[in-house]
Amino acid sequence: MKRKLLLSMLMGIALLTMIVVPAVAQDTIKIAFVEGMSGPFAGVGDAGYKHYQYMADLINARGGVLGGKKLEIVPFDTKSSPKEALIVLKAAIDQGIRIITQGNASSVAGALIEALNKHNERNPDQQVIYLNYAAITPAFTNELCSFWHFRFDAHVDMKIAAITDYIKTRPEITKVYLCNQDYVFGHAVSDTAKQMLAEKRPDIQIVGDTFTPLGKVKDFSPYVSKIQASGAQAVITGNWGADMSLLVKAAKDAGLGAQFYTFYGSGLGAPAAIADAGIGKVISVIEWHFNLAVEDNKPEDEKFFLGYHEKYSDGGKSPFYYGRIRTTMEMLAAAIDKAGSAKAKDIAYALEGMEYDTPYGKVLMRAEDHQLIQPLYLMVYAKKGEGTVKYDSENSGVGFKTIGRIEAENTAMPTTCQMQRPAK
Amino acid sequence: MLEYVLFSLLNSLVLGMLLFMLSSGLTLIFSMMGVLNFAHASFYMLGAYFGYQISTWVGFWPALVIAPLLVGGLGALVERYGLRSLHKYGHVAELLFTVGLFYIIEESVNLIWGRNAVMYPIPKILDFPVFKLLGADVSAYRMFMLLISMGMFVGLYLVLTRTRIGLIIQAALTHPEGVNALGHNVPAVFMLVFGGGSALAGLAGVIGGIFLITEPAMAATLGPIVFVVIVVGGMGSLTGAFVASLLLAAIQTFAVGIEYSLTDLFALFGWRVDATGFFRDIWRIQLSHTGPILPYLFMVLMLMFRPKGLMGKRES
Repeated sequence: MKRKLLLSMLMGIALLTMIVVPAVAQDTIKIAFVEGMSGPFAGVGDAGYKHYQYMADLINARGGVLGGKKLEIVPFDTKSSPKEALIVLKAAIDQGIRIITQGNASSVAGALIEALNKHNERNPDQQVIYLNYAAITPAFTNELCSFWHFRFDAHVDMKIAAITDYIKTRPEITKVYLCNQDYVFGHAVSDTAKQMLAEKRPDIQIVGDTFTPLGKVKDFSPYVSKIQASGAQAVITGNWGADMSLLVKAAKDAGLGAQFYTFYGSGLGAPAAIADAGIGKVISVIEWHFNLAVEDNKPEDEKFFLGYHEKYSDGGKSPFYYGRIRTTMEMLAAAIDKAGSAKAKDIAYALEGMEYDTPYGKVLMRAEDHQLIQPLYLMVYAKKGEGTVKYDSENSGVGFKTIGRIEAENTAMPTTCQMQRPAK
Repeated sequence: MLEYVLFSLLNSLVLGMLLFMLSSGLTLIFSMMGVLNFAHASFYMLGAYFGYQISTWVGFWPALVIAPLLVGGLGALVERYGLRSLHKYGHVAELLFTVGLFYIIEESVNLIWGRNAVMYPIPKILDFPVFKLLGADVSAYRMFMLLISMGMFVGLYLVLTRTRIGLIIQAALTHPEGVNALGHNVPAVFMLVFGGGSALAGLAGVIGGIFLITEPAMAATLGPIVFVVIVVGGMGSLTGAFVASLLLAAIQTFAVGIEYSLTDLFALFGWRVDATGFFRDIWRIQLSHTGPILPYLFMVLMLMFRPKGLMGKRES
């Protein structure tokens, strides 16, 4: 009997401690960085975390937001799995965090959007806003669009549109090869590229449409032989990570003449792995690269990424890459100040339709689907020291040179989003 | 078509010899000591990182010699101070030890060299197309890899067949208890074999790290395929490992160019398959998409129908 009493008392104490919510410090606004911080993509997650950290440093140094509140980035490890992501999302919410950011893997992003839609409806006093900096499945700002989700990266269709617009102006390209990873994203790249090329350059022949298992191929030379035999002048690929680097290295070995039009050829390990093999061959579509500052003569911007370089780049091994994280954090700070509140709903309403001046032109957070409309660049690998190529990437001796700019309004695509907004 | 076949042959030879360099050490260690060394590919990774580090200090050629020796020495230490004391607790303890070692090496590499790929370029002197084969370049580095791995194969063969220690190792492959009973210093032989196997993996790392990518995930990506090689070749059989390496590399390489699906196969016999419903992807998927998975399928079939492998002599 006594033991039973003791047990129930203990349980009571345990329950009580669970109910007590940890006090949230009033002078900081926390942002949960929800990303795979361990496992195969740990390097990518770590780089993103440092970008956010650097932006928080800068914003805090100039006085923070709301007249003195500091921003704090709190990392959460999703192990790159949607299931884990939902668990850490719960943990973040329990800690009183109301702003989350995530980018790698659309599977995780999809799970987060769905979970937040439900959570925010059921808990109107604990609503959470989600800033997406890299998950680029078009559906998130189309049929799956959500009031709580904001995307700061151009989605797949916008990037393919940029690539195909450029190919349209190059009459010497008559044969295009598609080489992608065999999963949802790779298939989306292939389908969209085929469709857009057919519209913009019906004369172009698609001479190959290959899918490789994600992260399984060691030697890409057999694929390169196929590309070579097909006579393609251009290869469009959404490959990332080792699949990207190995493809280009094998192409160099075989002396392949074709150019690669990529999404992820310019950062997060690829420049170090590809290096000279990519010069004049690897083209990426992206919103920023660090020689832009030299090309457009923007010393302020140069200072900006050199600051990161000094503090977070590990001796230049992982330099600033995500120009869009800068935009994300600057717009977030501006939105908090504009709303005069750090509540998710207020921030979301302030972000909708917000314009922001980046060093390279105006960007707009489109209200109807929460897709950021920003100028995009096509740039190619070039030797460091040649012309405007002042800086190299990842100490590889190779930097980037802009070969085309797509104005913000030309990257915009129609949306099917029917945004459901909560009462103000 | 001729061009494709020639190129695929050459490519599969290069990849196959690299695989053999890895699997030869693993299969020797396994057959001799009964240890399925899960950390074997980690020694390959260490070889790549050592090679990278040493080549930034003193150049590629010294690295080619020093890095495998370092890795071999490390392997010998692991055997002497780790595995040997575990031997009396049986194979499960040893297996768990190597699994733990795999993670320790991976995290150490993360700590020392970072989580991203390092820049480990082809040495300048080998960075040129050595000849043109029907319109496509064949790089000198690939030929160099082939040369090194061939040299290693011949060297290993000579050591095993022409030297006294080789004869003891060979005897221990098939009759480990017998060799022990004859009074040979079996622990020393174990250490030598483990160290030697690790050094071979290290050598594969030094040249493979340039050919592929030197990154912390490289052990995890190459590890499984090496196990497939020794299972298919037959546990403990060097010839088996050699044949299986070349065979699996050829399967992978050639499958890429074959764009036939099950639908096409049935069409040969005049059956028309209606590719709809839940399994539609199975009918549509082309052999070329499945290339890198085929070795695993091959392993499963091998285990089902010939568990001792292609050239294996022992059933277990």
